[in-house]
Amino acid sequence: MALEPEDVRRAAHLARLGLDDREAARYVDDLSRILEMVDRLQAVDTQGVAPLAHPLDATQRLRADEVTESDQRERFQRCAPAVENGLYLVPRVVE
Amino acid sequence: MHDKTLTELAAALAAGEFSSRELTESLLARIDRLDGELNSFITVTADAALEAADRADAARAAGKAGPLSGLPLALKDIFCTRGVRTSCGSRMLDNFVSPYDATVVEKLAAAGTVSLGKTNMDEFAMGSSNENSHYGPVKNPWDLAAVPGGSSGGSAAAVAAGLVPAALGTDTGGSIRQPAAFCGITGLKPTYGRVSRYGMVAYASSLDQGGPMARTAEDCALLLGAIAGHDLRDSTSVARGVPDYREELEASLSGLKIGLPREYFGDGLAPEVEAAVRDAIKVYESLGAEVREVSLPHTELAIPAYYVIAPAEASSNLSRFDGVRFGHRCENPADLVDLYKRSRAEGFGEEVKRRILIGTHTLSEGFFDAYYKKAQQVRRLIRQDFLDAFEDVDVLMGPASPTPAFDLGTKKDPVSMYLQDIYTIAINLAGIPGISVPAGFVQDRPVGLQILGPHFAESRLLNVAHRFQQATDWHRRQPAFGKENA
Repeated sequence: MALEPEDVRRAAHLARLGLDDREAARYVDDLSRILEMVDRLQAVDTQGVAPLAHPLDATQRLRADEVTESDQRERFQRCAPAVENGLYLVPRVVE
Repeated sequence: MHDKTLTELAAALAAGEFSSRELTESLLARIDRLDGELNSFITVTADAALEAADRADAARAAGKAGPLSGLPLALKDIFCTRGVRTSCGSRMLDNFVSPYDATVVEKLAAAGTVSLGKTNMDEFAMGSSNENSHYGPVKNPWDLAAVPGGSSGGSAAAVAAGLVPAALGTDTGGSIRQPAAFCGITGLKPTYGRVSRYGMVAYASSLDQGGPMARTAEDCALLLGAIAGHDLRDSTSVARGVPDYREELEASLSGLKIGLPREYFGDGLAPEVEAAVRDAIKVYESLGAEVREVSLPHTELAIPAYYVIAPAEASSNLSRFDGVRFGHRCENPADLVDLYKRSRAEGFGEEVKRRILIGTHTLSEGFFDAYYKKAQQVRRLIRQDFLDAFEDVDVLMGPASPTPAFDLGTKKDPVSMYLQDIYTIAINLAGIPGISVPAGFVQDRPVGLQILGPHFAESRLLNVAHRFQQATDWHRRQPAFGKENA
């Protein structure tokens, strides 16, 4: 199944990944070949087969709703690019 | 000292032949002298290592040494290490100093081991050759023109070159087993959920598993015992007791039923690799095992299924790298979307971008059922193949890779690189454990025998591997590289 540059640009936007037109064109070839390889799955009869999301078919374990963590914000924010008063700084979002 | 196994080093330390400090100093000097050529380390933590060594020596003097006290090792740079850069081989995390330790790092430190540093890897664990690292490729100590394999190439090369006796790696589609095979060492991928993934940067959450890489199965057994176990902080880790993995190492193999999947011995397998693997299997017959052919009919579908599931999960996991809270941030972002897009474009390498794009595409509206859901259905069929096979045999055996290590720079096409994973990848989809052991050489490059078992059969796998290592000496061979006056 061949991809169009538009498909790659859309995926890049969804993934918030900056791509110029030249790069998008390069990835179209790679991704088309990968999808071609992956299309082999379509030939398999999977009627009535439940998807396997977890290799041991496990389900999410739950725990008691008790607070077990302590506030370590200062320690965890030491590696942040820009913080102020415990908040992460980014370009203005709301006008 | 550098050619001793972890087990031999433990005995030597216990006997007072040398101190952990002396051992650590010796290996640090070796890394300093040799790693410029290999590039197997991203960060060497010399000061912290010497402090840990001194602590281990003090504990020994006070009669408080445990089985792992004072033993040196290295950690793939995907494990978070508090106060130490954790880069995942990526520019995105080049500036990231982790504020916390991964669970396995905590456990190994508590056991008294000495970490010498963080090893090189394919970026975010995506690759089969360690050529996708922001920090440059790693070379195979057996042949510097060859790749060490990936994504745990740094760990494999460091152990093979005697820079460390053991290292931790991670395996999502073969990334412990294939580099172990290419570098002539022993590498184990435990059952999914056996080892905590807390603090192990996620690539594909339903496939990733951390595990030991060392010279011998015995060493892997020692390390697995230290890192395995339920962890409340990893909800996918299994609440199951950890046995002493060394207890069954010596068990007899008489009557062991070995299955050879016919699909693992078909076209595409290099004849000399097949010959080496079949010779290894003859050794097992001489040890009393019975060998029979089995079939894993959905083998051909493992690569397409994996290359839908893994990139999809990766696209989700890597969305956290957005330049806001940690990692690379672009300069002068115009607005928030520009901050995200440019930080990610600058931070990620080509293979990572490729997988994020394909993952995003297959998860998007209109494609989800045809790709992701279909792949998960095929995944159940692939797992069932193994469950059916294990009704008839105890373990499966085959090559770890269709060829020995290929030359650096020769696999430019992504899909041809993906096809290298043919024998390892289904194992992650099924969640079963697998180990690769050195089994010979082809044109002076190592070849690995892969042994697979049912879920949680690590004791049996390690026993089967260990008995082979008592009957052969492939695992004792060492490359010419770095071989001189210690």
